Amino acid sequence: MRYAETGFNLEIDLTRGNIEKVATDPKDTELYLGGLGTNTKLIWDRVAPEVEAFSPDNLLIFGTGLLCGTPATGCNRTIVSTISPQTKLMAFSMMGGFWAPELKYAGYDKVVLRGKSPDLVYLWIKDDKVEIRDASHLRGKGAVETAELIKAELKEPKAQVAAIGMAGENRVFYASIEQGRSSASRGGIGAVMGDKGVKAIVVRGTKDLNIAEPAKYMELCHEVLAYIKHREGNPIPGVMPILAGLGSPQEMKVHDEKWHTENFMWGNSRTRRKDFWNEEIEKEWTETLDKARTRLVSCFNCPMECGATISMPGLPTYMMKCFTKLTYTMGAFSDLDFGLRIAQKATEYGVDGFSTPQVMAFALELLENDILPASDFPDMPEDTEGRFYYLLDKIVRREGIGDILANGTYWAAKEIGNGAEAYAHNNIKKTEQLPLKLSMLNPVYFLMYATGEKMNITQIEGQFPQAPFATMEEREAFVSDWVQVPDEKFKQYLLDWEFRGENSNPYYPTIEMSCNIVDWQETMHYIDDALGQCAGLSSFPLKPPYHIHNYPQFISAGAGIEMNEEQLKKAAKRYRTLVRAVNTNRGMRRKDEKPPENHWKKRFPELEEQLLDGYYKFKGWNADGIPTKESLHDLGLDYVCADFIARGILTEGDDLPAEDVSSNETLVEG
Amino acid sequence: MTSPKKTKTIKTIKIDIDKCNGCRACEVICSSFHAMPKYSSNNPARSRIRVTREPIRDVYVPVYAGEYAAAECAGRDKYTIDGKEYDECVFCRAACPSRDEFKEPDSGLPLKCDMCEGEDEPLCVKWCMVDALTYEEREVEIDEEEPNPEEIETGLQSLVDKHGLDKVADMVAQLAKEKK
Repeated sequence: MRYAETGFNLEIDLTRGNIEKVATDPKDTELYLGGLGTNTKLIWDRVAPEVEAFSPDNLLIFGTGLLCGTPATGCNRTIVSTISPQTKLMAFSMMGGFWAPELKYAGYDKVVLRGKSPDLVYLWIKDDKVEIRDASHLRGKGAVETAELIKAELKEPKAQVAAIGMAGENRVFYASIEQGRSSASRGGIGAVMGDKGVKAIVVRGTKDLNIAEPAKYMELCHEVLAYIKHREGNPIPGVMPILAGLGSPQEMKVHDEKWHTENFMWGNSRTRRKDFWNEEIEKEWTETLDKARTRLVSCFNCPMECGATISMPGLPTYMMKCFTKLTYTMGAFSDLDFGLRIAQKATEYGVDGFSTPQVMAFALELLENDILPASDFPDMPEDTEGRFYYLLDKIVRREGIGDILANGTYWAAKEIGNGAEAYAHNNIKKTEQLPLKLSMLNPVYFLMYATGEKMNITQIEGQFPQAPFATMEEREAFVSDWVQVPDEKFKQYLLDWEFRGENSNPYYPTIEMSCNIVDWQETMHYIDDALGQCAGLSSFPLKPPYHIHNYPQFISAGAGIEMNEEQLKKAAKRYRTLVRAVNTNRGMRRKDEKPPENHWKKRFPELEEQLLDGYYKFKGWNADGIPTKESLHDLGLDYVCADFIARGILTEGDDLPAEDVSSNETLVEG
Repeated sequence: MTSPKKTKTIKTIKIDIDKCNGCRACEVICSSFHAMPKYSSNNPARSRIRVTREPIRDVYVPVYAGEYAAAECAGRDKYTIDGKEYDECVFCRAACPSRDEFKEPDSGLPLKCDMCEGEDEPLCVKWCMVDALTYEEREVEIDEEEPNPEEIETGLQSLVDKHGLDKVADMVAQLAKEKK
């Protein structure tokens, strides 16, 4: 018997309309854990580097985390993996909500889609019954609207629906998949779903999910619940409110937006408004949020209430999560009322709340600077808010200039030319980032931004405080109950960290310390993405209930796989390296691993190169960021090495990259 | 002469639907507790508490299972509470022929909340960290009542009519095993 997982994937060939239930190999779970890990293995095995995002040969995988659907609190994430149209690299976006547990209860660990349906369809999975159904009547419908229509049509109010809106149907490069109160937004996976002709995947399950060691597992679950309660009553002092507690940043609860509005950049990530927040705005925004917010809501089996139901007068109800609360507001230099209103439309259209406002602000900058002519914006309103609505419609319909903007700032700038590329200034690996422009280079964040393949800093950071504490008393208090550290040395890193002087940014944490910190943070996120655990109770907040010391026990008792800390770290390193290998095969090299030029005012080119050198070495990658033969062998990834050698990416006999234009460019740039 | 009085403990779960966040942790732990062996599996479709959740209409109603109703009720009334419309089935604690709530998904046999016998308080209450569910006990005096064998027979007969003798016999055997 399989434990925690079902042992079956659903394989659906949309071109032929073929549906298969396929047994999976338990050995793969041991090696790659599940979720992102086994998704990545499927991509490696079956999607050749030449396959493009909108090819029928591209896979779109909806993977559940290994422990999803078990009683482990907050373990509910669906990990969607494919090739991104925007980055042309592997995309893996995670969504919370209710979909993954429902799929487990239906008896499957993953839904693997290949091919393309000739007509728009939706998939209906009810336990053993799986159907491909016509969705032509749902064309152009909103993502939330679609979910409601399908549940009514099937008379299945308890079904869980992951759907795309018009943006996905029209293959907007930053289209999302919306589901309940969550979405898989980064990387344009909604566009791939639309390209495959799938409007929605609907799931209802009524089967048992087994646990290997029930008593032990429940003891672990109770410990986690007790710890959550403890942390609720004991927020961390001395850090910003959204980091003091647990869960995803509690944007739906928080009224004080001084920190975000004054530290993040407005418009196309250019303007900092240091004195923006005042009593009047606070009063107005508080009223707006209080009126709009019907209820704070949670994902499956989680008490954290990180999302909210939002009902703006005159608009259909939707659910909001996380930082979309401010992205449209700040992109358009507007207020919270506008942000919550346009987000309703954007949610129905199904677009990424980080990229979309950036692209729209970028378009307006191009217009203001005569790079795009006014004739590209026929009948556009005068006011910025009106322009944002106008652009949103043009983008999701791919009408006029919207057709170019729908490809994101990187590709749009290339196509527009005429100097537009200087305005696409906030990208890493062709993806719009959070609108941050900071002062002094931070070595830890430099490494996370540069080397991250999740395309979003919030999905990499966590565990280690973002800034030093002012006094030794505060530092000592912080480390006193810091049980989550994988090693005692991290406590000393923090104790010695100062705002100014020798032990401050950019040379402290040192290169070695920065490598250790980034590796810890990244490892925890990758473990979460394999287990299906929400980062909000694990890798993102400070001092979370799940950590490297209890995770192995959860895996052993839950899934019946023998696991200790070293084995778990190695498994995470294995599929993290495999993600890099997929992207290496797709041409990603050191030259791609850099934050935007204007991300920090004070840059240290030499130090940055040393940081990259140090981190690559630490991770077992060569100077161009390619996993070495030796490290691949250690991880049991000799098949990757063989492929690299066959493709001339690594040469036989040593770890140097073969002659390669991209690596030569790096040398010139370096 | 007055009939003899006896004290009985009434156990209830108080439900505050304003506090429910719709996470369904109650369903998870309930089904897990009632698995055989205990905690060996979980499946919200076997839970004895269900959350009727319609987020877009802001309907969040946890209800725990009561007695089986052999017949469908006549009404399908709509209620409006605090501006939200509810179907009366949403509040109903019975498993009945017209709905699939509170029935084992494989056998169709009705489920009934037992307040997690043996635990200090029902586990759904313990796992509801937003306090939408609270456990209440109160003592009441009741008339002592001898069980009427005829009534038991009638009740059992109706179950046999509905589910067949084998299923009912299996259930009785299972219950007897659980009580030991």
